[in-house]
Amino acid sequence: MSEVQREELNYDVVIVGAGPAGLSTAIKLKQLDTNLSICVLEKASEVGAHILSGNVFETKALDELIPNWKVLNSPINTSVTSEDFLFYTKTKSMKVPNLFLPNVLKNHGNYIISLSNLCKWLGEFAENLGVEIFPGFAASKLLYDNDQKVIGVQTGDMGLDKNFKPKDNYEPGINIKGKVTVLSEGCRGHLGKEVLKKFNLDSNNKSPQQYGIGFKEIWEINSENHQLGKVSHSVGWPLESDTYGGSFCYHAENNQIYLGYVIGLDYKNPYLSPYDEFQQFKTHPDIKKLLEGGKRISYGARALIEGGLQSLPQMYMPGALLIGCDAGTLNMPKIKGSHTAMKSGIIAAEVINDHINSNKELSEYESKFKNSWVYEELYKARNVKPSFQWGLIPAMIFTGLDQKIFGGKLPFTLQHKHADHESLIPAKKAKKITYPKYDGVITFDKPSSVYLSGTNHADDQPNHLLLNDKDLSTNFTIEKYDEPAQRYCPAGVYEVEFDNDLQKKVLKINSQNCIHCKTCDIKEPSQNIEWVTPEGGGGPIYSGT
Amino acid sequence: MKVLVAVKRVVDYKVQIRVKSDNSGVETQNVKMSVNPPDENAIEEAVKLKEQGLANEIISVSIGDDKSQDVLRTSMAMGIDRSILVKSQNTLEPLAVAKTLKIIIDKEKPDLVLMGKQAIDDDSNQTGQILSALLNWPQGCFISNLKIENNKVFISREIDEGIENLETSLPAVLTCDLRLNTPRFASLPNIMKAKKKPLETIDIDTLGIDTSSKIKTLKVIEPPKRKAGIMVNDVKELVQKLKYEAKVI
Amino acid sequence: MSVLVVAEHDNKNLKSSTLNTISAAKKLSEDIHLLILGNKIEDLAKSSKSIQLVKKVIICDHEKLENQIPELSSPIISNLAENYSHILAPSSTFGKNLLPRVSALLDITQISDIIGIESQDTFIRPIYAGNAISYVQTDQKINLMTVRPTSFEKCEETGGDAAVENISFIDSEVKTTFVSREVSKSDRPELGNARVVVSGGRGLENSDNFKLLYDLADKLNAAVGASRAAVDSGYIGNEYQVGQTGKMVAPELYIAVGISGAIQHLAGMKESKVIVAINKDLEAPIFNIADYGLSSDLFQAIPEIIKELDLLNQIES
Repeated sequence: MSEVQREELNYDVVIVGAGPAGLSTAIKLKQLDTNLSICVLEKASEVGAHILSGNVFETKALDELIPNWKVLNSPINTSVTSEDFLFYTKTKSMKVPNLFLPNVLKNHGNYIISLSNLCKWLGEFAENLGVEIFPGFAASKLLYDNDQKVIGVQTGDMGLDKNFKPKDNYEPGINIKGKVTVLSEGCRGHLGKEVLKKFNLDSNNKSPQQYGIGFKEIWEINSENHQLGKVSHSVGWPLESDTYGGSFCYHAENNQIYLGYVIGLDYKNPYLSPYDEFQQFKTHPDIKKLLEGGKRISYGARALIEGGLQSLPQMYMPGALLIGCDAGTLNMPKIKGSHTAMKSGIIAAEVINDHINSNKELSEYESKFKNSWVYEELYKARNVKPSFQWGLIPAMIFTGLDQKIFGGKLPFTLQHKHADHESLIPAKKAKKITYPKYDGVITFDKPSSVYLSGTNHADDQPNHLLLNDKDLSTNFTIEKYDEPAQRYCPAGVYEVEFDNDLQKKVLKINSQNCIHCKTCDIKEPSQNIEWVTPEGGGGPIYSGT
Repeated sequence: MKVLVAVKRVVDYKVQIRVKSDNSGVETQNVKMSVNPPDENAIEEAVKLKEQGLANEIISVSIGDDKSQDVLRTSMAMGIDRSILVKSQNTLEPLAVAKTLKIIIDKEKPDLVLMGKQAIDDDSNQTGQILSALLNWPQGCFISNLKIENNKVFISREIDEGIENLETSLPAVLTCDLRLNTPRFASLPNIMKAKKKPLETIDIDTLGIDTSSKIKTLKVIEPPKRKAGIMVNDVKELVQKLKYEAKVI
Repeated sequence: MSVLVVAEHDNKNLKSSTLNTISAAKKLSEDIHLLILGNKIEDLAKSSKSIQLVKKVIICDHEKLENQIPELSSPIISNLAENYSHILAPSSTFGKNLLPRVSALLDITQISDIIGIESQDTFIRPIYAGNAISYVQTDQKINLMTVRPTSFEKCEETGGDAAVENISFIDSEVKTTFVSREVSKSDRPELGNARVVVSGGRGLENSDNFKLLYDLADKLNAAVGASRAAVDSGYIGNEYQVGQTGKMVAPELYIAVGISGAIQHLAGMKESKVIVAINKDLEAPIFNIADYGLSSDLFQAIPEIIKELDLLNQIES
């Protein structure tokens, strides 16, 4: 296609992604200097619609950002009232006495919230301060000047057909330039991925980045089974002890529970299906009882970034900052990333304000971050996730010692050994896993789940899940790993079909189903799948998640 | 020519509808809302008429609470010149909607009124027809094609049997089918411009119309789930069943 | 009180939707009057009076009523209204186009597209494209309703001998003139309103095999649809897609061929009256909602069905 004429808009600050990190930056910037012009781009059809999180919320960062949030009708209402940590076997559960629980797993003073709703609220708060938020617009490309400094982003073209030909309603993307660009796309943002590589931001990292895939379903359950404010976590069944993961179950408002599962993407068996592990988990007698007579009202999945401090890249670069889960500020043992993401966003705002108004360098971010409570938190948490490469029980014992006795201050740092895409063993060496059939009552197939997420992409648009090498899957991942994509994708995007013409198995990509979780981009063994932004406004429409 | 477009804010068509557990209605709290899809076709047609030089002013009207400003801003981002929000806390029935629109139309005096053929929430499919009768203007429903020449209006209507072609004149009320056109995307610069376009607010109580509900909703339930029927052994049995049991062939 | 049913017809025959609407009226009253507005409808009046459930056929025969311009028909209906507790019309494009005007003239709120009658004043109707069902009650002195034809049986067309009453035409000034009617451009009915839909899924394997479906569709005078999987695979164009992101259909008969039954698809066709599923895979979710399931290779089954239909036609003729 020939170069189209693109309109250009100029702002002081361009923020990509209206999640907790980006919105915190936007709000803090306006608080620091109300004259700054700030634009936030959000690929979801509305703010919050691509936000999926547990979520037990620690208000520390919000207290700093909006101290009077309690009187502002915020969607933060349910205090944690009780909590337990369970170890599951197939039919039983054992409660770990609270006495032995590390402090990071204690949630007194925290709140059970919908992060999606919180982001909606933060979005309105930001707009009232004069921040311009544009939902339905994906930042598809970064713009650089001749010195390779980031100068803004280009929004995606709208109304292209699958062959990239303009349709009747074609609307070319525009260039949005800013003195500073903030990348806050969440875990595995595709622009974040680009700058990591371009500016070698992770060259000093001690460990490769680590990811997990998280599932969440919202259930409306019988009021007799509901205990408002209760928080439960579990490890154990149905996961094998060499797989990192566990469940969460939070009793939220309106007889709802937030039920979810997180599995480390460093799992080894290509036959493992994270989706099916979660579905199977719900058949545990405890959970089954809880869900009895209830109704599933929401489903979603999203990759999360688990590497912690060892894997945290440099967060500044010429013209831009990389913050929140786009960089990797999540606190894994706490299973919380919202407050740290928000704090990283607040720091970003302070640095940007100094940069624009006092000519200070963006590299100030480093020292400001190191002197903040986020760094301290992540430092203390750093050894928990890597200890799980020893298996569940040793890791739990180590974590108990590390967190309970030494307060995370042991004089060494464990490293993550492999990137997640390197961890699979070949299919022929792996044990096949047979998952139980879905009963349509508490367990469901992927299409029914995706349907519940309201996922949609305009018909006939270009595929946004690109194969760098089109034949590689057929010749490599299908052969060697029995195509794990058909199992790790939580939305049924990838299927293997037999092609009668080619007389071999081929990978079929149903990109319309994509719920933007980014797992394929992370886990694909040959790193052959590239997740790029589809037409803005597409993807899931999460609410209350 | 002046064109008035009526726009309704509804639950986005992509959202999976959920019936409230107390059966009082459908959950709309924290649910994504959008412009009623065929109303987007109406907006698009109005903008096209302006681009063709046939319309000189195009305005949009919505009835609802403050949040309905969103759909009016969207309409202005697509090209509508200015908007009117008739503020009402209650949900109006089609007859009351049409009466409200009539008052606005008496004041604004448009030559053409466009709206979607049906709102995708209550699925009534009435307002345009009622409005046409109240105004005593020609009615064209479910249109999939529109041509205006020298005050003559040529429309094609989507009817069950196929297409019906009619000729009528202005002023007229036309309701739009999804096949009429492909609504444009609101571009980002246009969304910004739309924020500065005029949006007038009128309180519905000042209009002096009866907006009370004539129809009471007793309960709203989920549609019954279909149950599996029978498996037939062969084609012969299938055709026999369809012919003599189900009587559908 | 009596119930008035506004007939949908083509000046020669009643549309079957009228017969469904009469059945709905039966649930409200024994005294059903059928109103036929049209041009040169003496024969139509004669055939209509034999409908057993109808007590009186009211005729307004005028050349201006040839093309059912609602601006002309609505005042005639509203003029009769005070004699009736309920006025019903089919919820077809005919009824939808007409009855709301009567609502305006009578200043009465209409209830659209009812699928059930609970009592004289309580009715059931789908909202949100059938994703929720609403029970509504009204205490207005006349109940104006459009009736979804597929929700009520067709009534018998014979066995009765109703009185026929002619009423005079009331002229109104109307600016609309009828130009033409194009009965579906393609030989097949439109997907959205076909009585029968034959849909294909990925089980058809390629676009050439869709010809099989066209043959079957032609035999049944059916529209052709497809699942998203088939559309995505390029077997057939987007406009044929049935489902949440495609067209919503509710035909009398829906035949799903080689469709597994992803929920997106089911959302678009679950309102169909009778669903037939033909699929090799006994585990396919489509069988969970099908009235008749046939677990068979579609490439054998479809030609066989066509043969059986031919046989049936021979017997009948």
